[in-house]
Amino acid sequence: MPIVHHERILMAHGGGGRLMHQLIESVFLRPFGNPVLNAAHDSAQFLPPTGRLAFTTDSYVVNPIFFPGGDIGSLAVHGTVNDLAMSGARPIGLSCAFIIEEGLSMETLSRVAKSLAEAAANCGVPIVTGDTKVVERGKCDSIFINTSGIGIMEHSLCISPQGIRPGDAILLSGDLGRHGMAVMALREGLQFESSIESDSAPVHQPVLAMIQAGVSIHCLRDLTRCGLSAALNELAEASGLALQVEESLIPVNEDVHAACELLGLDPLCVANEARFIAFIPAAESEMALNVLRSFQVSGNAVCIGQVMNPGDPAVLIKSRMGSIRLLDMPSGELLPRIC
Amino acid sequence: MKFLDEYRSVPMAKKLVRQIHQRTSRTWTLMEMCGGQTHAIMKAGLDDLLSPCIRLVHGPGCPVCVTPMHVVDEALDLASRPGLVFASFGDMLRVPGSHGDLRGVKAAGGDVRVVYCPLEAVKMAIQNPSLEVVFFGIGFETTAPATALAVLQARQAGIRNFSLLVSHVLVPPAIETLLADPDCTIQGFLAAGHVCAVMGCTEYVPIADRFKVPIVVTGFEPLDLLQGILMAVTQLEANHAQVEIQYSRVVRQDGNAAARTLMESVFERISANWRGLGEIPASGLGLRAEFSAFDARKKFRLQKFEDFDPVECISGLILRGLRKPVECPCFGASCTPEFPLGATMVSEEGACAAYYRYRTPSTSVPHPLP
Repeated sequence: MPIVHHERILMAHGGGGRLMHQLIESVFLRPFGNPVLNAAHDSAQFLPPTGRLAFTTDSYVVNPIFFPGGDIGSLAVHGTVNDLAMSGARPIGLSCAFIIEEGLSMETLSRVAKSLAEAAANCGVPIVTGDTKVVERGKCDSIFINTSGIGIMEHSLCISPQGIRPGDAILLSGDLGRHGMAVMALREGLQFESSIESDSAPVHQPVLAMIQAGVSIHCLRDLTRCGLSAALNELAEASGLALQVEESLIPVNEDVHAACELLGLDPLCVANEARFIAFIPAAESEMALNVLRSFQVSGNAVCIGQVMNPGDPAVLIKSRMGSIRLLDMPSGELLPRIC
Repeated sequence: MKFLDEYRSVPMAKKLVRQIHQRTSRTWTLMEMCGGQTHAIMKAGLDDLLSPCIRLVHGPGCPVCVTPMHVVDEALDLASRPGLVFASFGDMLRVPGSHGDLRGVKAAGGDVRVVYCPLEAVKMAIQNPSLEVVFFGIGFETTAPATALAVLQARQAGIRNFSLLVSHVLVPPAIETLLADPDCTIQGFLAAGHVCAVMGCTEYVPIADRFKVPIVVTGFEPLDLLQGILMAVTQLEANHAQVEIQYSRVVRQDGNAAARTLMESVFERISANWRGLGEIPASGLGLRAEFSAFDARKKFRLQKFEDFDPVECISGLILRGLRKPVECPCFGASCTPEFPLGATMVSEEGACAAYYRYRTPSTSVPHPLP
């Protein structure tokens, strides 16, 4: 039965029978195909590589599923590859599980699958195992994707919050808030014209290049939901140290800045998809910045602050006016203000 | 960013701070009316830069804060009803009523939608004729004209599935109430620029005359605020009490006549209860009788809810400028933005929330390595 006969996903596409096999073969295996996946076994089999392994998982439920600068498919690859990169790991395999809402158009699903496959190919990581489920209309929002990733750490660094030391420079890989504002600009009820594109992209290359260049990275953290504020607060808490950043050094794109002003939001609390902070010994920060700036995705990397002498764990921000205040953990939900 | 960075210039700010210090012969207590101004003051740390010659106290100009709990309970009641879309500005979603907030109602299946403009709610009603759409009309004179326009558009479109839960309030009656309090310590006001962009400044002249206080209509950026403070201080030092406009790039003496006409055609002044301040005569807006078909309270026969504020909360004193947030024993302890006790912590723009968000390191500020 050719796929054109079904323009939309039916419950039977997740039922384990012929329709499901047809769906997997035509929509997933074709773009994803690689020797491990093509073995079509219940689990992926491969030889353990030498070195420590990093393992991570993340679920993607973004709405809308297509947004300027990306879509849920590419996001599901970039997010998981970037989580591995935060351990300095090179991704060697991804799993990919789809939860699809009954009635989703086959064309939309194909577009998402193709984008996901392209993103994985660009990252040089195979999709080695997967799963497909279909739920009744209304039980999920178009499509949810879970990806897990295994990466190999080809270095002896201990990259973790406990590795952060007083005096470390805090580097930021680029400007803030693009992903959150690109998605928010499309949200129902918040129509405003915007040319903001999500920053969704993989960041493992610049991280691996820093390691290769001999930068002794102490800690890395990607700035996804709740942005820079949340990441800094988590790391201050985990390391037991005070972190100080300077407002005037934190880059924010002009359109993002304008959209945030309009909606009463703080770019420091807005989501990103290809931004991370790196804690680096101060003496190596120039070297690290030079490496980061040689990649497009981190071309605007800057030093935004430093780790303070031991004190109470806190995040401090020096305002443009020169006053120092605490940078609080955001509440977790960005709600535009009345005025 | 153009039209923004100019008003955040650090050298200009330092110059204005110097001028304010030079011009003051004693400590003056000023109140900024608007929550947006409080937020900007705390974010830039202006209160520290101006201490001790200026003592800033923070007024009741945050519409989310002053919305009484019974109105939030009415909202929760409506939003829980099946077949009803409850459209609200975003920051009302986390304001607690007596039993939870709109986020909780949404999680339990209520159709709560965030809108940025009341006209979006009218559009929703037109597009969903089988659903009732209720818009939560909250805010000062700044948002009331858009609510009025939504009512007029709905009437013109002849739609019957659109109504409003109105809790709009007006600034001048609140200022008069604060000044009439025998304990009042406020010597000058920074009035809210956006409110005056709509209403103009004439309403403030009799208040400045009667209570002998300078009122400076001020903007929301650090330089606006510093310039507004300098203008107020200059008047105070010269023993003047006039209405002046600092925010002249936006505010005209007579305001926006078209917006006022809209408001007046749809609303009439009614007595209103302010969270933290209590009942203030003629300080609220209610739908005129000819628009009563759009009144969600009547349409859905809402029950009467009681207002309630925890006894330990001093937000009433804070809103009247009699206490600062940090003088409350609950601040940051039993009262935080996640678990707010009262008016000034419930909204991000409330004075307590602004103090909490932009609090400075308390005792030991760690120093950078040499």
